[in-house]
Amino acid sequence: MNKVVASADEAIRDVGDGSVIMMGGFGLCGIPENLIRALAKKGSKNLTTISNNAGVDGLGVGLLLSAGQIRRHIGTYVGENKLLESMVLAGKVQLDLVPQGTFSERIRAAGAGIPAFFTPTGVGTMVAEGKETREFDGRTYVMERALPADFAFVKAWKGDRMGNLVYRKTARNFNPLMATAAKVTIAEVEQLVEVGGLDGDSIHTPSVYVKRIFQGELYERRIEKRTVRKVSC
Amino acid sequence: MNKPGKDVEKRERIVNRIARELRDGFYVNLGIGMPTLIANHVPPGMEVIFQSENGMLGIGIYPVDGQEDCDLINAGKETVSETAGTSYFSSADSFAMIRGGHIDLSVLGAMEVDEEGNLANWMIPGKMVKGMGGAMDLVAGARRVVVAMEHTTREGVPKILKKCTLPLTGVKVVDTIVTEMAYIRVTERGLVLEEAAPGLTAEDVQRATQARLVVSERLKVMEG
Repeated sequence: MNKVVASADEAIRDVGDGSVIMMGGFGLCGIPENLIRALAKKGSKNLTTISNNAGVDGLGVGLLLSAGQIRRHIGTYVGENKLLESMVLAGKVQLDLVPQGTFSERIRAAGAGIPAFFTPTGVGTMVAEGKETREFDGRTYVMERALPADFAFVKAWKGDRMGNLVYRKTARNFNPLMATAAKVTIAEVEQLVEVGGLDGDSIHTPSVYVKRIFQGELYERRIEKRTVRKVSC
Repeated sequence: MNKPGKDVEKRERIVNRIARELRDGFYVNLGIGMPTLIANHVPPGMEVIFQSENGMLGIGIYPVDGQEDCDLINAGKETVSETAGTSYFSSADSFAMIRGGHIDLSVLGAMEVDEEGNLANWMIPGKMVKGMGGAMDLVAGARRVVVAMEHTTREGVPKILKKCTLPLTGVKVVDTIVTEMAYIRVTERGLVLEEAAPGLTAEDVQRATQARLVVSERLKVMEG
């Protein structure tokens, strides 16, 4: 089996206007930067993006935002993106903020065939408004719906030609959940290896979830907040 | 009033006091900003594991210059290092851990707290859109929630209120409030002032607090 495509451009060939697209990453860590760049070049419009953050100016989801390609963004924290904040306050982009655990679980549920679940998170706050609540063993929970997408853009460290994926350190974050929750999951990897080149016990995303895979052309690997100490302790 | 030196002093007092709440074997989640500093004040001989909601147990200190890794960050997006026994996991696993009550202590900042233990720290309608990140899950799921914040705003307006005015992060979730002025517990009978900073009386703390404080019979001086 070979799911390899030649490039990011080929991988997103059928991403049309109005698509709902999930993108992995926490801040700039573990974002599918090649796929996002290709999407900015392609110019698809009226997109709904589902991603924890909204990138920064000129990188990640921020690229699509400044190009006016996003109509709606679903995420948990956009504090690093002044552009999005101003676009939302001006009514140009619809922003849905979701608690991060609920966001993760909604995506996980979508991939696991679970249409809804009850969580204690957000009970009595704005995020529970208009939603069904129910009491279990004396505590109130709010019902949250699964969150699927048309496409998932994920970034892994290593992948094989069949689509098995391995992530590295905290670059894993939302990527493995998103890989399960879209009609078409596209993976970009730093290292593409032959089938059999990964240890089966160490695979984070099994190949069944991945439709297309390619080795990213360019990884800027930008660090958002470089914090270091001077001497070794 | 608020000179930079003073701010550092305030933070130190808050951070030191909260560090004294740590216990050997605790799994702890520290919020972005001031709470992060608590990691530098673990009492000697005590083992505390820090969780980061972006998918890591065992956050270490900042890396040596030149060894920073873009794939290794904390929830504040700062580069960090591993400790012996570090593990990585997905965001869904991370929040299962948090929601499932496996985290002993969550320390986070606040814009407002009220006498019922309600907490607001994620948005100001019409002014600031940042998002709640993991805060709503942390306050709903951690075994104990400690708020670390300055007692009043920069303008001197109380942040400990009868009732929060901003959109809430959680309802009846706060266990303890630690400020540069006081250590306060949220209880059935209201906010109990257990400790006041050196040189301050219970009346001084009450004057900077909108909510009514119940002064503990065992009121102590807050140790930094």
